[in-house]
Amino acid sequence: MTDECKTESRLEKILRSGKFAVTGECGPPRGADAEVIRKKCGLLKNNADAFNITDNQTSVVRMSSIASAILMMQEGLEPVMQMVCRDRNRIAIQSDILGGAALGIKNMLCLSGDHQKFGDHPQAKNVFDLDSIQLIQAVRGMRDEGKFIGGEEIKGVPKLFIGAAENPFADPFEIRVPRLAKKVAAGVEFIQTQCIFNVTKFREWMKGVVDRGLHEKVFILGGVTPFKSFGMAKYMANNVPGMDVPEEILKRMKDTPKEQQAEEGITIAVETIKQLQEMPGVAGVHIMAIEWEQKVGEIAEKAGLLPRPSV
Amino acid sequence: MVVGERKPFEEITRMLEGHKKVMVLGCGGCVTVCLTGGDEAVRVLSSQLRMARDNQGNPIEIIEKTVERQCDPEYIEEVHALVPEVEAVLSMACGAGVGFMAERYTSTPLYPALNTTFVGGSKKEGYYVERCQTCGECKLYYTGGICPITRCSKSLLNGPCGGSTKGKCEIDPEVDCGWQLIVDRLKSLNLMDRYEEIMTSNDWRTNRDGGPRKMLREDFQR
Repeated sequence: MTDECKTESRLEKILRSGKFAVTGECGPPRGADAEVIRKKCGLLKNNADAFNITDNQTSVVRMSSIASAILMMQEGLEPVMQMVCRDRNRIAIQSDILGGAALGIKNMLCLSGDHQKFGDHPQAKNVFDLDSIQLIQAVRGMRDEGKFIGGEEIKGVPKLFIGAAENPFADPFEIRVPRLAKKVAAGVEFIQTQCIFNVTKFREWMKGVVDRGLHEKVFILGGVTPFKSFGMAKYMANNVPGMDVPEEILKRMKDTPKEQQAEEGITIAVETIKQLQEMPGVAGVHIMAIEWEQKVGEIAEKAGLLPRPSV
Repeated sequence: MVVGERKPFEEITRMLEGHKKVMVLGCGGCVTVCLTGGDEAVRVLSSQLRMARDNQGNPIEIIEKTVERQCDPEYIEEVHALVPEVEAVLSMACGAGVGFMAERYTSTPLYPALNTTFVGGSKKEGYYVERCQTCGECKLYYTGGICPITRCSKSLLNGPCGGSTKGKCEIDPEVDCGWQLIVDRLKSLNLMDRYEEIMTSNDWRTNRDGGPRKMLREDFQR
C-alpha cells in the first residue's frame, strides 16, 4: 500500500507508516452538556490514535457527531466522524462533509446506519438516499475529483481519510468478502469491523480478504469490545443483530464469579487483540468499550499497545 | 395489485359524525381481490355503521354501491345521479380511487374507508405481501427478480447490512432479509458476478421525489 498520505489525518499516517493502529470510540450524550464529551476525552486521551464519534447509534437521538467531534478536537484528540445514511439525504450529507472538514475533522466513517426501529423514534421516516457504498464513492469523489455527486465542481475539497465498517459475522457469510471488495472498489481506505468474539470465524473471513489481496488495498482494524459482565455478554449474544458470541466465551463469562467478570471481560479482549496482532492482513484494532471509556487505556496497555507512537 | 386494509371502525364512525345520509362506495378492482373494498365489504361495513348509529339513537341512511373501478372516469360516472343525494361519500377504494372520486365530485366530501398499504400480491387467500414500491426504475435485472428497494428494510442497493442473521432482517425475526433472498437467487442462477457490480447512487426522480408522476402514451392521444 502506498505510504503517501492524502490527508493530514494522524490515523492515516500511523497506518501508512506500517504501525499497528489503535482506534477507540466515544458515544455522544443524550443532551447538550459538553462536559460529558470532555470527561470521556479525558479518559481516552493518549490511549488510541483516533476516536470514533458515533452518529445517533442504535437510532437513539444524541448530540450530533460533528459537534461532538469538534468538542473532542478542542480536547486535543483526533476524531473519526461517523456518518449514517439513515437520517440525511445526499444534499445534507455532502453539506455536513464540507462543514466537518472545514472545522478540521480529518477522518470519516461511512455507514448505512441502524434501522430506526431500534431507537427512541421508531415513528421516524428513514432516508437511505445513499447506502454506505455510495457514500464512500461520494466522499472519495469529493476529495479526489473535487466533484459533488451531482457533478458540480467543489471549491475547497474536503480532505478526509475515508473509512467504513464491515461485519464478517453477518449473513450471508459468503458475500462478506465480496462486499468488502465492493467497498474497496468504491474507494474506502480503512475498515473497522464489528466486535470480534468468534476469532475462528474472523480468521476465516480474513483469509478470504488476504486471498483476494484486499488487505493490500485497505487497512483492516479488528473490532474488540470488552464485556462488563455475563449479563452484557448474554445480551449481545441474543439481542444485538449480526453479533456472534460463541458458546465457550459465554460459558467463560458465566463461570466467572460476578465480582471478577469485568476483569475477565478485559482479559478476553486483550487475548483477542493479541491474536489479531498475529493475524496476516490485520492493520490495527478498534476498541469499542461501550460506556466504559476508562478501560480503553487498560486494555491497550495490557495488549502492549501503549504508548501510542507520535507521527 | 394495490392492497388496502380497512381503517379501524372508530375512525370511520368519527369521519361520519354529523352526517345523516352517505354513500358507501366499493371498488371492483384490486381491493375486491384483497377482500377489503368490494361489494361484500360494502355490505358488511354499511350494516355495521347502521347498527352502531341505531344503537346511539342517531340513525344513518346509507346508499350501497360498487363500481367496476374507482380509478377510471368512465366507471365513476355511473354514480353521478346518486352523489348529489348524499352528504358524503365513504370510498372503499385505494387512495387512487378516492382521489379520482374527489376530482370528479367537487361539492361532496370524500372519505377513505381504507388505508392503502402497498403494491403486492396474495400468497394465499387473506394473506398479502408487498413486492413493489413503484420507485420508477426497475432494478430487478441485477437482483434476480427480487427487489432490494422493497425487500430490504433500508432499501440498500449494494448488499445486506451487518444486521442480516440466518436469513432474517435485523428489524424483525419474521422478516426475510431481502439481500439473503437476492444472493440465494443469484447463486442458484450462477449470476453472482452481478452482485459485485456497484450500483451507484440512485436517481430518485422517477420515485415520488420527482413530484406526482404521470405516464402519457402519445400514440393514444388525438
